[in-house]
Amino acid sequence: MAEASHDVVHRHEPPKSFIRKYIFSLDHKVIGIQYILLALSAVIVGMIMSVLMRMNLSWPGTHWPIMGTLFPTGAPGGVMSAEFYLSLVTMHGTMMVFFVLTTAPQGGFGNYILPIQIGAEDMAFPFLNMMSFWVTFVGFIVLLLAIFAEGNATVGAWFTKLGASAWAGGSGTVGSIGGWTQYAPLSALGKVAGPGQGAGVTLWIISIAIFCVGSLLGALNFITTLLNMRTRGMSLMRMPLTCWAWFTTAVLALLSFPVLLAGGILLLLDRIAGTSFFIPGGEYVSGALIPNHAGGSPLLWQHLFWFFGHPEVYIAILPGMGATSHILSTFARKPIFGYRAMVFAIFAIGMLGFFVWGHHMFMSGMSPYSAVAFSILTLSIGVPSAIKTFNWIGTLWGAKIRFTTPMLFAIGFVSVFVAGGITGLVLGQTSLDFFFHDTYFVTAHFHLVMGVASIFGMFAATYFWFPKMFGRMMHEGMGKLHFWVTFVGVYAIFIPFHAMGMLGMPRRYSNFSEYEFLKNSHGLVLFVTVAAIVTVTIQLLFYFNFFWSMFKGKKASDNPWEATTLEWTTATPPPHDNFAGVVPTVYHGPYEFSVPGAPRDFIMQTEPEGVEVTAGLGETSGNGGNGHKH
Amino acid sequence: MGRILAIALWFITVASLWMFLSHRWWFPEAISEHGPRVDSQFAITILVCGIAFAAAQIGLGWTVWKYRDSADKQRATYSHGNNRLEVVWTIVTAVVFISLAVMGQRVWASLHLHAAPANAYRIEVVAQQFDWNFHYPGKDNLLGRTKPEMIDDATNPVGLDEADPNAKDDAQVKTLVVPVNRPVELILGSKDVTHSFWVPQLRFKQDLVPGMAIHVHFTANKVGKYELACAELCGMNHFKMKSYMLVLPENEFNELTALPNDKGQFLTRKDQLLAKYPLPTY
Amino acid sequence: MAATVTNTDRVIDAAIGGGGPRSRGGNGFRKNGGGHHDGDDFRFSPARYRVGVWVAIASIVMLFTALSSAYVVRSASANDWTPLVLPKVLWLSSAFIVVSSITMEISRRSLKAQNNRGYRLWLTNTLMLGIGFVAAQLFAWRQLARQGVYMASNPHSSFFYLFTAAHGLHVLGGILALTYLLLRTRRKTDTVEGELKRVGAADAATVYWHFLDGLWICLFLLLFFWK
Ligand code: HEA
Ligand code: HEA
Ligand code: CUA
Ligand SMILES: [Cu+2]
Repeated sequence: MAEASHDVVHRHEPPKSFIRKYIFSLDHKVIGIQYILLALSAVIVGMIMSVLMRMNLSWPGTHWPIMGTLFPTGAPGGVMSAEFYLSLVTMHGTMMVFFVLTTAPQGGFGNYILPIQIGAEDMAFPFLNMMSFWVTFVGFIVLLLAIFAEGNATVGAWFTKLGASAWAGGSGTVGSIGGWTQYAPLSALGKVAGPGQGAGVTLWIISIAIFCVGSLLGALNFITTLLNMRTRGMSLMRMPLTCWAWFTTAVLALLSFPVLLAGGILLLLDRIAGTSFFIPGGEYVSGALIPNHAGGSPLLWQHLFWFFGHPEVYIAILPGMGATSHILSTFARKPIFGYRAMVFAIFAIGMLGFFVWGHHMFMSGMSPYSAVAFSILTLSIGVPSAIKTFNWIGTLWGAKIRFTTPMLFAIGFVSVFVAGGITGLVLGQTSLDFFFHDTYFVTAHFHLVMGVASIFGMFAATYFWFPKMFGRMMHEGMGKLHFWVTFVGVYAIFIPFHAMGMLGMPRRYSNFSEYEFLKNSHGLVLFVTVAAIVTVTIQLLFYFNFFWSMFKGKKASDNPWEATTLEWTTATPPPHDNFAGVVPTVYHGPYEFSVPGAPRDFIMQTEPEGVEVTAGLGETSGNGGNGHKH
Repeated sequence: MGRILAIALWFITVASLWMFLSHRWWFPEAISEHGPRVDSQFAITILVCGIAFAAAQIGLGWTVWKYRDSADKQRATYSHGNNRLEVVWTIVTAVVFISLAVMGQRVWASLHLHAAPANAYRIEVVAQQFDWNFHYPGKDNLLGRTKPEMIDDATNPVGLDEADPNAKDDAQVKTLVVPVNRPVELILGSKDVTHSFWVPQLRFKQDLVPGMAIHVHFTANKVGKYELACAELCGMNHFKMKSYMLVLPENEFNELTALPNDKGQFLTRKDQLLAKYPLPTY
Repeated sequence: MAATVTNTDRVIDAAIGGGGPRSRGGNGFRKNGGGHHDGDDFRFSPARYRVGVWVAIASIVMLFTALSSAYVVRSASANDWTPLVLPKVLWLSSAFIVVSSITMEISRRSLKAQNNRGYRLWLTNTLMLGIGFVAAQLFAWRQLARQGVYMASNPHSSFFYLFTAAHGLHVLGGILALTYLLLRTRRKTDTVEGELKRVGAADAATVYWHFLDGLWICLFLLLFFWK
């Protein structure tokens, strides 16, 4: 803990050397940006893969010369093979879920904004913070390694030396085949189970295990910081909802990642140490009996994975929800509707999230009685989500909306979250999951909530906090164009997935032409692909805007959005210790907009008591009433 | 901007609802006793969800239309919320969701919380990368013992143990043949990795897990030939791990299963029947 | 010095942040919105160490809960479960870690009582016992290996190696922490804050060490005395 002694009472100067300042920095702001850049890189990989997947699905058997040269074995003659497609799916899912949606929302924006919003000068344990990023980064590198180990013959050869079954590489795929859920025993058997089951899977597991450790360090830091380092007057119920969201997310991560880590260790041991945690006896794989494995339980892996997996999806979206609430209130120029209810809802979602994992396993062969329990709990979790939705709309009610780019994405978030969440109520019913499990209906559901809503949260956050981070505004025109194309685009991509689901189209199929009952899906599949290509292309504009504005964007004032929370009281960008040595004192709740009689239509949290407000206290359910009532 | 956004939201809502209401992409016809009940439960759910979805989207659109900023406008209304409203919508949604949840268990319960009826015809299903094997009890209606050591992909895919007298008349086929209007009990297992038994028309899906023997039952009630797909990622050829489910009239079924299997009569007859029945038109 | 200590205690009490002035938008959970800080010294509160270590413990508990439930499930599903004979040396290692927990407590108390020599002395003893524990565990591995019992031999041995290794790694972490504390005793800390840090770190290390002790007892019982 030597590092903790890094933060000292009095203001301290930023480190001078480039390395300590930008690479191995202890400054939560630098680390936050590092996380965001990591996510921005990972998402490119993920998006390219998704486009390749679409191309293969809508034009099967087409020759793409470049693919042929890049992946001679995986795409012989430029035609993507089935195993190549599946490895794309696996890596796409893994990249997006872990390295995009578990990094940017929490490690990125949370890291940068949370300490400032609670008036701290840094995280509680800056060294751990730095570690958590670099550990995560190593995890990322290992995952990329998985791509090359399987995709490139020479690299594959190095790994094969480590053990032909578990490490065999060079099968031409771009990583493991097993989906981001990596079900055992397929993932536990090694090379015998087919192409893409060697080094790809082993490295996948190692990468995820490393990732778990990184996230745990982060979570530890977030929780301690929030409990311990709130500035004078920043009582829990005066925190911006973003902080509540990041805090809950951290709790979820803290309690769920260890379980995935445990599962990962067991799976790795099954592969390389000859144990049988997940491998049952009498396995007969590709023409031969599997010797000396017995008694393992494939369902055990699924339980361990989903016990993590479901909280993980809320880890992915809660920060987005926080940012949305925050931004909606800011640009509606109106206090958030039902602050207290929002806090309660966030927590309810977080906690319930630990008791519904079984809804991914209705068809897995687990006890049908527990399925019933999981099903009912699953639908109950819709209630707090509904509460949030209603409060968001309530916040806009009677507002004075400023349609800035971040606001557009925040509104988009609400729309898309409803669209995606609502189908959760379908999937959550055991009787309906008979049909929809592992069909594109599921794919539609989770892309709308995760692949779009969470991402919209991040877009909103980016456009909103960019000025604070880089001292310049992002270009509004480009931003708006980016919004419109993306908003319409993602609906065009993911709504038709429901229709495919209705036809019964199974997930993780590299080709639909084998089945008569899928022959009516051609039009849909093609439509989606076109929409996807357009949507992905427009993201280039986002990237351009992002880096262009960093240098050419118009200079931002300290509080360009006329927002109320602490990050807008300090310089832009904030000094190394956030508040230049002074200790901010908080006098107000986070969303005091349009207070009658107040000089401006917003009151900063740090503004000393001005006019006394009586309006709306009677029916207050939020941070409006002054504390004495409780 | 507000107006455009509102219109966009409403347009998307209409388009999405149309996709469902038009029934252009809909379930294939149900051919099992529980099928229609699944469909009606879905109808109810999608109705509730559709209403909620529309309500939320239209409401959202309305607010952005009505409350967009304009110079002449006064400040936004200063309110921190309304406890009464919070309570009301919490209770309403809770009631709606929980009742959906409870209704959503009925079909499940009828299939999974009750043992197969006594007259159910038992068939063992053994999945493998990337193929389906169905093990029929033969005349004695008793399934012979199987052992992994006995497996030979060409001649004995399920690993029948010839030593077991019950195994003598057992048949191993690549197609699932079931009687119409008679309960069928499947005993699902897998040789290698997890697969999933999936016949869309049956409204039924169940994973086949190595090391487990999962008992399920259903009743098909429409004669015909239907595609049987694998719905759990099981390796590179997951997408073509295909077979058929043949639902036969009682007499044809009995006549088939009564056939001895020593000279493969069972198989030849099965193939004739498979050719006889066409796939449904989609 | 005494002055410092009272100061210490006050700051520790006031540890949880977010106190102070109240007004519109309050609604804190605590009566007066939490501890009140004066001047600058609230910037550092040693409570972060204690909070931090408890949070860390929570996640470690989850890790071992997951592994233990795997153990329970696996032992139930198994037809190939052949329990190990308890390696005698484990009694020794268990004794080591239990005693070390006591010595750790003593050293912490000595620090609170301003008795630096006692602190250092008992810290050293704890460290020794900790190392002894790890050594004993390794010896247990050697013994089993000699009997030809390895990771993959049977599920019980798999879990035995897994649990001891996972726990052992956490003990090594603890040993590092202790070493660090020992080194700190050499360095002279005169500032109030430096003193706070020392106490905070010592407290945290003690909590963690007790936890490792308790954890081992649970694993020991689970591995050899469960059902
Ligand atoms: C975050 C999660 C995420 C995201 C964003 C996406 C984005 C996309 N996904 Fe998907 N996808 C998954 C998560 C995600 N996906 C998962 C988990 C699976 C399951 C894998 C499995 O089965 O194992 C899957 C599977 C999956 C399939 C099913 C494959 C199969 O089952 O056979 C398909 C098919 O078309 C698909 C398509 C797409 C497309 C076209 C996009 C997009 O390209 C759409 C356009 C992209 C965007 C709109 C995002 C832009 C985002 C940014 C630019 C980041 C901004 C970052 C910051 C601001 C920091 N994805
Ligand atoms: C951000 C990610 C995210 C979020 C927030 C959710 C939210 C929910 N998810 Fe989803 N889910 C995933 C990500 C997510 N999910 C992923 C990635 C998978 C696939 C994993 C894989 O297999 O690869 C998945 C799969 C999945 C399944 C398994 C399907 C299957 O494989 O068979 C189920 C089943 O119950 C489910 C349910 C739910 C429910 C009930 C919610 C609820 O929380 C939703 C609550 C929201 C609402 C209900 C909408 C808003 C409410 C209103 C507008 C109020 C008005 C409404 C009414 C009055 C009806 N999800
Ligand atoms: Cu068998 Cu997929
Ligand atoms: Cu889930």
